[in-house]
Amino acid sequence: MSPSIYSQIRQNPKFQELVAKRGRLAWTLSITVLVLFYGLVLIVAFKPALIGERVAQGSTLTVGVAAGLFMFVFFWLLTAFYVRKANSEFDAMTRDIIDATKEPRK
Amino acid sequence: MSALLSRLAASAFAALASSAALAAGPALDSAEKQSLNVPAIAMFLIFVGMTLGITYWAARRSHSAAAFYTAGGGITGFQNGMAIAGDYMSAATLLGLTAMVYGQGVDGYIYMIAFFVGWPIILFLMAERLRNLGRFTFADITSYRLDQSKVRTMAAVSSLIVVCFYLIAQMVGAGQLIKLLFGLDYVVALFVVGALMMVYVTFGGMIATTWVQIIKAGMLLFGGTVVMLLAMSQFDFSYPNLIEKATSVHKLGFKLMAPGSLLADPVTAVSLGVGLMFGTAGLPHILMRFFTVSDAKAARKSVLYASGFIAYFFNVIFLMGLTAIIIVGQDPQFFEGGQIGGKILGGGNMVAMHLAKAVGGNLLFGFLAAVAFATILAVVSGLALAGASAISHDLYYRVIKKGNATEQQELRVSKLSSIALGVVAIGLGILFEKMNVAFMVGLAFGIAASANFPVLILSMYWKGLTTRGAVVGGYIGLISAVLFVLFSKSVWVTVLGFEKALFPWDQPALFSMPLAFLVTIVVSKLDSSARAKAEIEAFEDQYVRAQTGVGAASAASH
Repeated sequence: MSPSIYSQIRQNPKFQELVAKRGRLAWTLSITVLVLFYGLVLIVAFKPALIGERVAQGSTLTVGVAAGLFMFVFFWLLTAFYVRKANSEFDAMTRDIIDATKEPRK
Repeated sequence: MSALLSRLAASAFAALASSAALAAGPALDSAEKQSLNVPAIAMFLIFVGMTLGITYWAARRSHSAAAFYTAGGGITGFQNGMAIAGDYMSAATLLGLTAMVYGQGVDGYIYMIAFFVGWPIILFLMAERLRNLGRFTFADITSYRLDQSKVRTMAAVSSLIVVCFYLIAQMVGAGQLIKLLFGLDYVVALFVVGALMMVYVTFGGMIATTWVQIIKAGMLLFGGTVVMLLAMSQFDFSYPNLIEKATSVHKLGFKLMAPGSLLADPVTAVSLGVGLMFGTAGLPHILMRFFTVSDAKAARKSVLYASGFIAYFFNVIFLMGLTAIIIVGQDPQFFEGGQIGGKILGGGNMVAMHLAKAVGGNLLFGFLAAVAFATILAVVSGLALAGASAISHDLYYRVIKKGNATEQQELRVSKLSSIALGVVAIGLGILFEKMNVAFMVGLAFGIAASANFPVLILSMYWKGLTTRGAVVGGYIGLISAVLFVLFSKSVWVTVLGFEKALFPWDQPALFSMPLAFLVTIVVSKLDSSARAKAEIEAFEDQYVRAQTGVGAASAASH
């Protein structure tokens, strides 16, 4: 792969758009996961009693289990959301960018 | 082959029939558990027969380096997702985490969340770049624009150390488990595991390893689900009902649902979270799986499927552990001398197996035992392949031969390395038989998080990374993680017998990982050599390839 193709792609505004869009989504999702997970870890570390409390009076569901189950489900839905978006929208953009390098030069 | 398979199947059915008859009779007493376990061995033989058949088929397709290391990039997203789940969920996951929930309740659930959350992060920040930049090993990525020899040597050394610690934990666990479940001698069990692993990896390479992991993941998901459903049926499938009963009989009472002794100290809790999460993203045998698919699209799908299976199974394990509190914990037949609340027969790790026996008789017990054995085989095969590729592709082909070796030479070295790793694994297993190796997996994750992950993520994201920074930071991460664990209570006091631990916490990652990041960044910044400038400039092209996959190895050719 010749370096000129890389610089050609770099100069394509669509490439900058792809990178910005995908980066924004990836970082937003990552930070969501990190904040929620380390939030739970910090509660475990500094307010452990809260983990064992019932979510409502008389309920057998506790805060820790509810939060954990929520994370398993929610984080998996986030991965599904990202894969859907990346495999359709972002990949289409990538294809356009690569196709642009193949056009016959004048 | 088919004649052999049908004979195996026939003998297995005979064994199943006789075990069903046994299960209908009175419960077996404890002494018989040490004798040969016929249904378990029969089911295990079916698994071995299938996987050897696949290895035979794969061997004829494993003549190129690409086929050997990455199955030629021909694995689909779904298959790879299954294989990742099979690679990631070890016997320790099934047995250890069930036991942890049984003993400590919600602590085990929190552990499992920490084991899981690495996956979404790997998807968002790493999966497509891994696929676009890498070919055979993760060192392909870290050394992409840096000094091949130095960076690859460092990556190979830390990979091999991670692989060895992980192997020790697996092999010792395997020997003890097989002794208990199948009535085989410890050393014989190690030779069986080591020999099968060598056959899979040496002859079948990544294709065989992948299929061993896929089949095993299927067995694990199926077996776990059946045990969980049968156990839950005793509580009318009601979680409130289960919790009421479990917390009323457990010695912790309702405190079972609050963090207990395992997470008692805040630093350990946070450090564990860091180590498990980022360690996952630095394990060589896991990273390698991303090179087995055709493109970034399939790499993303792999994570989607893998994280789905892993999340699902962790919840199954949580329910297994909770139901075991009543089903196993209140049944005298599972305790030494029939003393409820005393020592569990075969040790704490046997809770999941006892549960299978209690709800599904000897047949289900045998199946789960076979699953546990298959699990060990799948994990050690993945580890051996990752270790062998670090030796043959990174050290031999790139560092020693500087890329001037034929594909056949490289393949020969990787096959010899797989055999050598098999021998080393058996040796280490024998050496560590009597030791408590529980800390080994934690250490492997800690090193992966401290030596591999910082350099890997910086090489993909930070323009300013230089060879000097990567090498110094990587080694510092490696050495500090090893030293922190060596000086911690679980090794310094428990294993080595000193009086007082020099490092107060058992989990190194919270300290060694930031240290590795810091050193890597500072040393890179201070590096003003001409070479460093060229490396920084090369980031731009690497970045385009990472983002678009243009020029990415199509893994099919060498």
